[in-house]
Amino acid sequence: METMIKKKIKEVKKGDQSAYEDIVSFYQNKVYHICYRMIGNSYEAEDLAQEAFIRAYTNLSSFDERRKFSTWLYRIATNLTIDRIRKKKPDYYLDAEVKGTEGLDMYSQLAAEQALPEEEVESLELQSYIHREILALPPKYRSVIVLRYLDELALQEISDVLDIPIGTVKTRIHRGREALRKRLRHV
Amino acid sequence: MKCNKEAVMLMHKYLDGELDREEERRLRDHLQACPSCQNHFHELKRSITLIKNTGPVAAPEGFTSNVMANLPKERKRKNYTRMLQRHPILTSAAIFFILMFSGIFSAWNQDHQVTVSKQENLIIQSNTVIVPEDVTVNGDLVVRNGDLKVEGKIDGDITLINGDFVTDNPENELANGENYQAYASGEVHEVNQVFEWMWYNTKKFVSDVFSMDSN
Repeated sequence: METMIKKKIKEVKKGDQSAYEDIVSFYQNKVYHICYRMIGNSYEAEDLAQEAFIRAYTNLSSFDERRKFSTWLYRIATNLTIDRIRKKKPDYYLDAEVKGTEGLDMYSQLAAEQALPEEEVESLELQSYIHREILALPPKYRSVIVLRYLDELALQEISDVLDIPIGTVKTRIHRGREALRKRLRHV
Repeated sequence: MKCNKEAVMLMHKYLDGELDREEERRLRDHLQACPSCQNHFHELKRSITLIKNTGPVAAPEGFTSNVMANLPKERKRKNYTRMLQRHPILTSAAIFFILMFSGIFSAWNQDHQVTVSKQENLIIQSNTVIVPEDVTVNGDLVVRNGDLKVEGKIDGDITLINGDFVTDNPENELANGENYQAYASGEVHEVNQVFEWMWYNTKKFVSDVFSMDSN
């Protein structure tokens, strides 16, 4: 797969825009997923993922072909998303969380939280609850947790994507795990 | 957290898959002895399972085509080169036609000087070739880029390229080139367009080839 992607990248670099389509369709779910779990709502996630692919295309000349394309692409996506999270105002941020529940409004969110201690939560509700708990993490823990457990990247890869030392990745994962443990222990 | 930090550190190392055997043994021993740490460890593993179970999210439909539609436009030049690379036969045909037509047009436009096939006793006056009354031209007469005025006789074909027949009295019935047949014993050709000229050259080439054959 990696060789196919490499070949496509070469074609795009030569000026064949249509070859980029295969790259996008191959990575779209992964990139969208990262953005969605980090930003929390589907509209913004789509916007960010799209932006990430467009940035990757326009900056493709600066991509070092000896390295892994996915790492580079995820890095663009996470950087864009983290920038967006930082720019958001706190009140808007809370609002976005509600939007991120996809079809659930403010009331259903409140209801869901009351219903959670019960054991028979529907799996969809549970999933949207966990989704919100991930979003409640501070962004720096959120990004490592998303990359580690939702995209199942290796620690070294996370360090490459986020451009932080592997020791920092570990520390953040540990803290993120502890934070999640406290939030999810009653589920 | 009642337990020492070391046990929690070991748990995280375990979750990162970085425990060695000795550490693993120590962690296991501690967990067996300490219910609070056991609970802690269980909660950590459970929260990870819960997170993983949120499952992957697929990109919305039409995502790829949206991205493709929003990409900056390719530079046109590159587009052409790619097209040419993809269709080598088309490319070679195009180059062939370009060279051929440029050759023809440049040959047509090249030389605007009046040229006459070698014949004696002809008068050339400012782009007009005159066959004087008392002169009989032996052989074919070719006039290029000039008008022709015939007063004498021509014993052969007349070919007039990019020029007109001229008479002293334009209202005369001889104004038409066909009527010059009266002066010439052979055929009269008048060529005024590039394509006629091409056609003329082709015919000439073919007839030359055949006449050589017959010789």
